[in-house]
Parts: sequence; structure tokens; C-alpha cells
Amino acid sequence: MPTSQHWQFDQHLANDLDVGHAAIEDLMNALSLCGWEGADLFRIQMAVEEAVVNAIEHGNKRDPSKLVHIVFQVTPEKVTMMIQDEGEGFDHRNVADPTEDELVDKPRGRGVMLMRELMSEAIYNESGNQVTMVKLRSKPEPESSES
Amino acid sequence: MSTHRRISVIDDGSGVSVVRFVDKKIVDSGSIEQLGEEMNSLVTVEKRNMILLNFEGVEFMSSAALNKLISLNTKVKAAAGRLKICGLRAEIKEVFTITRLDRVFDLRKTEADAIAAFKL
Repeated sequence: MPTSQHWQFDQHLANDLDVGHAAIEDLMNALSLCGWEGADLFRIQMAVEEAVVNAIEHGNKRDPSKLVHIVFQVTPEKVTMMIQDEGEGFDHRNVADPTEDELVDKPRGRGVMLMRELMSEAIYNESGNQVTMVKLRSKPEPESSES
Repeated sequence: MSTHRRISVIDDGSGVSVVRFVDKKIVDSGSIEQLGEEMNSLVTVEKRNMILLNFEGVEFMSSAALNKLISLNTKVKAAAGRLKICGLRAEIKEVFTITRLDRVFDLRKTEADAIAAFKL
């Protein structure tokens, strides 16, 4: 758990969704302890969930002999998340836009878009088996009752 | 009568099946698969085709769960039915907006708004 308002996590984890979710839970607890709240917490959880599940299910293809390297760095103003699998990667430059008319009602293809939209930055390495996401803390906004 | 573990279903008395979710966080892969099967069975087994998904109390859902909603929508349309969604918290609604699923689904603020819209 964080001390002095900083927390770091750097582990090579088993390629298992429960293990991945436990790491995400640790991240969310650390963020709360560092003063993160509200919509930022939701957006971070959404993005990191997509990245970790993609790494385990699509990158490592659920292969239990493979590992997922996860690095989280949390401060009160910035969180950095690196997720790397041992798969072959993918062509992240040519991911179809899931909001196109012919794709918008198809049940797939939203994870990468959500990571990019919800984070301040989401960058893949050349081969596409590693994503680094950065989220800067949002300025507080007045609560809205608008639906 | 079907038994559901991830959802509860109540008939509102006018033909609308109101679905609520057991889990506050819809994130576990196994639970999402089960959720998808249970929602689909409302249409394919129980022959319901006026369905309202009430998300009050749901704090988080992954894109895998969104995909199950899209599949359900396809099934409801194939059954000449109507699907509506209400009770989304602001952060989840933002996800619908980013992914433009707000164009695919009929989103209503409250359960009463949604049920009234079925009668239009």
C-alpha cells in the first residue's frame, strides 16, 4: 500500500484473470489512498481492465505458461500503467473504428478505443504487445444530476 | 419459471420485463458469460421481447459486458421486440457516448421514463 503518497507495483504475473484482477484491485486501493476519486477512478479501472484482459486473453491467448508484466506507478496527480504480454502483438495502427456505422452494433472491438479515449495517453510499443497508459488527475468539476 | 443468478426479472404488469443486475461490478469473465446467457434466455427461452435493463446500483462494467448488451439487442430486434436501458450512472453513460452505443440503445434516465417510453 502507498506510503508518502506514492505507490509502485512491478511484477511478472501468472497469465490468469483472477491474478490480473487482484493486481487491479491493489491499484484501485492505492489510488483511493492517494486521493483519487470519482470519474477518474472509474476511467482508470475501465482502461486497465481492458488492457489486462486483452493481455491475458488475446496477447497470451490464455496460455498458463506465459506471464504478464505489469507496472503501476501512482502519485496523487498522475498514474502510469504498463501492461506487457508475451504474445506476438497486433497491428495497433490499423484497429477498425468501432463507432463506424457498420461496426457500431457489433459485439467487439471497443477495448483499444476506450483505453485511448479514457486515458490522457495510451501508447503501444512497435509490436503491439505492450501498452503504456498515463492518466493525469482531472480538475474537480461540480456534480451534475443530468442523465 | 427460469432461475437466474446474475439478474432478477420482474414483470411490470404491462408486458415489460424489468431486469436488474445482481453484481455491482460486472467485470468477472465467468459472470459476464453467465449474464449474457441469462439475458439471451429471456428472449430465446422465455420469449420476452419488451425488455428494460435497469442499471441502478451497477457501479462498473467492462466492454465485455457491453458486448453482451449488444448481442441481447440483436436478439430482441430479431424477435421484433424492444430493448431499453435506464439507471446508468454518469461514468457508464460516458462509455456509451464514447463508443456511440447511445445511438444503438434507447437510454432513459429512470425506470418510470423508460416504461412510459414503451407505451409511445
